[in-house]
Amino acid sequence: MKLDLILRVTTKLLLPFILMFALYVQFHGDFGPGGGFQAGAMAAAMVFLYSITYGLPSAQKAVPPAIAQAMIPIGVLIFAGVGVYAMFNGGQFLNYSVIAEDAPHAQALGILLVESGVLITVAGTFVSIFYAFAGRGR
Amino acid sequence: MNAGIISNLPALQVVIPLLGALVCALLRRGSAAWFLTMIICLIMPVISITLLLTVLDSGPISYSMGGWAPPFGIEYKVDVFNAFILVLVSSIGAVVLPYARLSVASEVKAEDRPWFYAMFLLCLTGLLGITITGDAFNAFVFLEISSLSTYVLIAMGRDRRALLAAYQYLILGSIGATFYIIGVGIIYTLTGTLNFADLAARIPEIEQTRSILAAAAFIIVGISLKFALFPLHVWLPNAYAYAPSTVSAFLASTATKVALYLLIRFLFSIFGIEVVTDKLALTDILIILSLAAMLGASTVAIFQHDVKRLFAYSSVAQIGYITLGIALANQAGLTGSLVHIFNHAVMKGALFLAIGAVVYRIGSAEIDDFSGLGKKMPITMGCLLIGGLGLIGVPGTAGFISKWYLAVGAIDAGYLWLVFLLVLSSLLALIYVGRIVEVVWFRDPGPNLDGVREAPLSLLLPTVLMAAATIYFGIETSQSVGIAAQAVETLLGLAK
Repeated sequence: MKLDLILRVTTKLLLPFILMFALYVQFHGDFGPGGGFQAGAMAAAMVFLYSITYGLPSAQKAVPPAIAQAMIPIGVLIFAGVGVYAMFNGGQFLNYSVIAEDAPHAQALGILLVESGVLITVAGTFVSIFYAFAGRGR
Repeated sequence: MNAGIISNLPALQVVIPLLGALVCALLRRGSAAWFLTMIICLIMPVISITLLLTVLDSGPISYSMGGWAPPFGIEYKVDVFNAFILVLVSSIGAVVLPYARLSVASEVKAEDRPWFYAMFLLCLTGLLGITITGDAFNAFVFLEISSLSTYVLIAMGRDRRALLAAYQYLILGSIGATFYIIGVGIIYTLTGTLNFADLAARIPEIEQTRSILAAAAFIIVGISLKFALFPLHVWLPNAYAYAPSTVSAFLASTATKVALYLLIRFLFSIFGIEVVTDKLALTDILIILSLAAMLGASTVAIFQHDVKRLFAYSSVAQIGYITLGIALANQAGLTGSLVHIFNHAVMKGALFLAIGAVVYRIGSAEIDDFSGLGKKMPITMGCLLIGGLGLIGVPGTAGFISKWYLAVGAIDAGYLWLVFLLVLSSLLALIYVGRIVEVVWFRDPGPNLDGVREAPLSLLLPTVLMAAATIYFGIETSQSVGIAAQAVETLLGLAK
């Protein structure tokens, strides 16, 4: 791990841009290709890259496995929570139109919240799977 | 309850266990997860029975997911038929769960228990979802939710062979799901819709095409893998034998039944049974396979050493009875099928719960370890006996009722010889049940039973409840047969 200075520095440089691109894909998902799944996969790829260059222990220090595992249900809870909130507001399950003042705005908000749930679950799942495989045989 | 909750009941039926599963996955303690699961499992039958009563009272309920009107959005459609299955699945969940606490604590590792309950609730979500949805793709999603959680549940068994059994089921279950989705894909390209009611309206236009037959074949084979139609049953005996006892009882009573529901839904409500039987010779194939299951699997069951495996093979045989009624496709036969879906769930529930109680006490399900157990655990073994009598079809038990309707259906369809084979299969059941009865009641307790006492109350009560239900539904049939007959009328289009 001494000779790969360039690799290490480049990785550190790349990480924020990967996350930035993931968030771009996430927020642009309303208007074009993209969305929570792709964004979650990219966010997880950031952890993979860090883990490959700096080793699994440092990656697990940055993103503890317990947090990655907890992210899986939390994301779905956000998704389902939006649905239940719509129900409390007098609509059907996942009817975004009723969660804010005017319907078009509410639809945009609803899809954004739901997609953020997808991002969290997908990122958590990918990182957990990666940890499970990478941690084998140690 | 206010009108808002009432109108959202179809969604709540699926959403509540889903939310519960997520919270369970976050909990770190098995007992807390059990408590939450217990509350949810008690709410589920309340919702499903309310739905059933509403449907019986005022006709089918349609619910548009997310406010998107069908056929464009996902529709949840409750009619008498699926409300009946919903009540069955949710009630079995409620009966099995009190049992789960001790049984799971003795068979599943402590750190896995919150996951166990999360997976159990996910499985319940999936099964209820398949039953309630009116959308072919949504049904696939729920089919996968229930199957994936089932693989995990089976793999949690106390034996290492559980892993292999789960893997085997994973491979075959995935093939089944793939076949189903290929079939749905073909129908979607032909009709442009996934909504069950809309499909039913559009299929007559294209019923001459060959593609629709291919789609029907894919869907039928895919679902058949899921409910273990002979010879697609090879995953089932190991899965039931090595899964934790609670899981065996729950799955044997619900999972295959829900897949059978889906098959009946596709055959009768979507394709129309004439279309399928005319062009695919489905009647002959199903009758032959049903008979092979009834006779073949029963014969194999006779030679099993593991009691759980024995009853797993018996499940394959009993599924044969249900598919036989589907193949007959007349009023009595199909009523027999639906009633047997219900009755078999109750009987197999009683049997697997009783075996689970034995596993809890003596840690084994080998038939030799059962010798003389009737003297040590008389109530549990009494329930085992009642469940066994139900499988044979003794009058006064639930099994007799469904076999009676099947026999009437066979005579109506002009297959008198089928009745003899039905009786022959019952005789085979008599042999494998008789073998257990001989070991349990007519032998002296072995040294392995020293100090073995009756099962604890929380295991005993659900078992006794199921056994009592086996007798109750064998005498008082107005609910089970009445509702099933009403469902059959709508399925066969007699009510219109």
